[in-house]
Amino acid sequence: MSMFAETSLNQRNRRVEWLVRATFLMMTIILIVPVALILGVLVTKGAPALSWEFLTAVPREGMTAGGIMPALVGTIWIVLVALIASVPIGVAAAIYLSEYAPDNWLTRVINLAIINLAGVPSIVHALFGLGAFVTFAGFGTSILAASLTLAVMTLPVVIVSTRESLQSVPHAFREACWNMGATKWQTIRRVVLPNSISGILTGVILEVSRTAGETAPIMFTGAAFFLPFLPQSVFDQTMAMSLHLYVVSTQVPNVPEALPYGVALVLILMVLTMNATSIAFRVYLRGKRKW
Amino acid sequence: MAEIAVETRKLSLWYGTFQALFDVDFRVKKGMITSLIGPSGCGKSTLLRTINRVNERLGYVRTRGTVEVMGEDILGEHVELARLRKEVGMVFQRPNPLPLSVRDNVLFSHRLHRGDTSVTKADEEDLVEDALRQVLLWDDVKDRLDRKATRLSLEEQQKLCIARLLPVKPTVLLMDEPTSALDPKATKALEELIWGLRGAYTILIVTHNMAQARRASEECAFMLMGKMMEVGPTDGLFLAPRLPETADYIEGRYG
Repeated sequence: MSMFAETSLNQRNRRVEWLVRATFLMMTIILIVPVALILGVLVTKGAPALSWEFLTAVPREGMTAGGIMPALVGTIWIVLVALIASVPIGVAAAIYLSEYAPDNWLTRVINLAIINLAGVPSIVHALFGLGAFVTFAGFGTSILAASLTLAVMTLPVVIVSTRESLQSVPHAFREACWNMGATKWQTIRRVVLPNSISGILTGVILEVSRTAGETAPIMFTGAAFFLPFLPQSVFDQTMAMSLHLYVVSTQVPNVPEALPYGVALVLILMVLTMNATSIAFRVYLRGKRKW
Repeated sequence: MAEIAVETRKLSLWYGTFQALFDVDFRVKKGMITSLIGPSGCGKSTLLRTINRVNERLGYVRTRGTVEVMGEDILGEHVELARLRKEVGMVFQRPNPLPLSVRDNVLFSHRLHRGDTSVTKADEEDLVEDALRQVLLWDDVKDRLDRKATRLSLEEQQKLCIARLLPVKPTVLLMDEPTSALDPKATKALEELIWGLRGAYTILIVTHNMAQARRASEECAFMLMGKMMEVGPTDGLFLAPRLPETADYIEGRYG
């Protein structure tokens, strides 16, 4: 027998290798199929509903006809105001926790609490928002109350993703700065932030796109069932895409079949556009960073 | 009698309960290159790191005794660390340029310390050229000033790490095994550049490489077990060590 001929051990290894590979491939397919199905169904069933009018008209005839403009505009308002509220707080808190806070048990408890806060169900946040912003702060059911509720809900995730981006900047750079007499803030501003900004932005935008789809937190705090006007200020109530989808799917009789699919398709396209923007941003900023 | 740039008196240092330095009395002459040699763990890096107070960041470090730079106490509470670190620059084992352009690396420290004084672009260009010329790097990188410093070769990076200390006109340069990450050719280049800086700066260099200490320093200090054993002109120390421990170490009987 040749010295390099196959033995039964090699055969067994090869079979195991094949089996493992096939299993993992199968799992990947199982992962992809539902996503592809959802997108496929949405596009085939929702596409007929899409038109310029669908995007720019108000709902008519008991929400069985017309368009979705108030909901579209309302969602954009809610998302933007939530962004303005959560990003400065979240990023600043993350910078404090990552760069300034001493590494002691209190910091570790706070970090743990933040991670756990991210797991609080959105309906709980909704009730908190109802109590805190609608009633106690007196904002009423309004864009402001809804956005603040969403901001509270997304803060932990913004903090965690920002902190991870900050910590991906090698510690040696900070040491180098400190050893030249730089203060912490000089170090953060000139070295840490420029090298983590792409990660921070990506995290933030992904978070925001998640916000766009949330229903429970805005249902009690600012989103209206039917309100065929565009909001004029953050103190107005507004329709929103996610709630509108729920309403036309379950609460209104005689809705044409394509309508809810159309709403869902537009919502998904909105989110995908935001994600694509975030990825483009990341690629752009990554190109500028090398170490 | 040469002027003294750095002087420690009865300096002891503890990491927690472990004592790393024992009553070290040490004088570094101004404008000279002094090498610190000794076996691993003898306290030479610790001594070096005390002179710009990098050690303190560990949090559990205690010191006793005094350290003076240009006759001024640096361990007192009134000492502003930013100004100390401007005066006493540090170069590490592994080159650690910042993820910025070559130009911004050279100007980084200068920008930190110049405050509100206005500096023109032309002034900055002069500073960059001057600093890079001092470290013999100008001709190699003058066309690449806008490239990321982290993409230079290790040798170029380490030269840059020295260059970026120079625009703020430090008195003392501390170097902690500055060539141990480099190949022999780069090591030779670094030694040449360090040799060229003598006179203009006081240089204190920790090295494991006996040949390097011999080639590239004028004064040499031998440490053992946290104690300063012997200090003297490099030639004298290598040719006629006073103590048997020094002789044993430089002859490679331990270390």
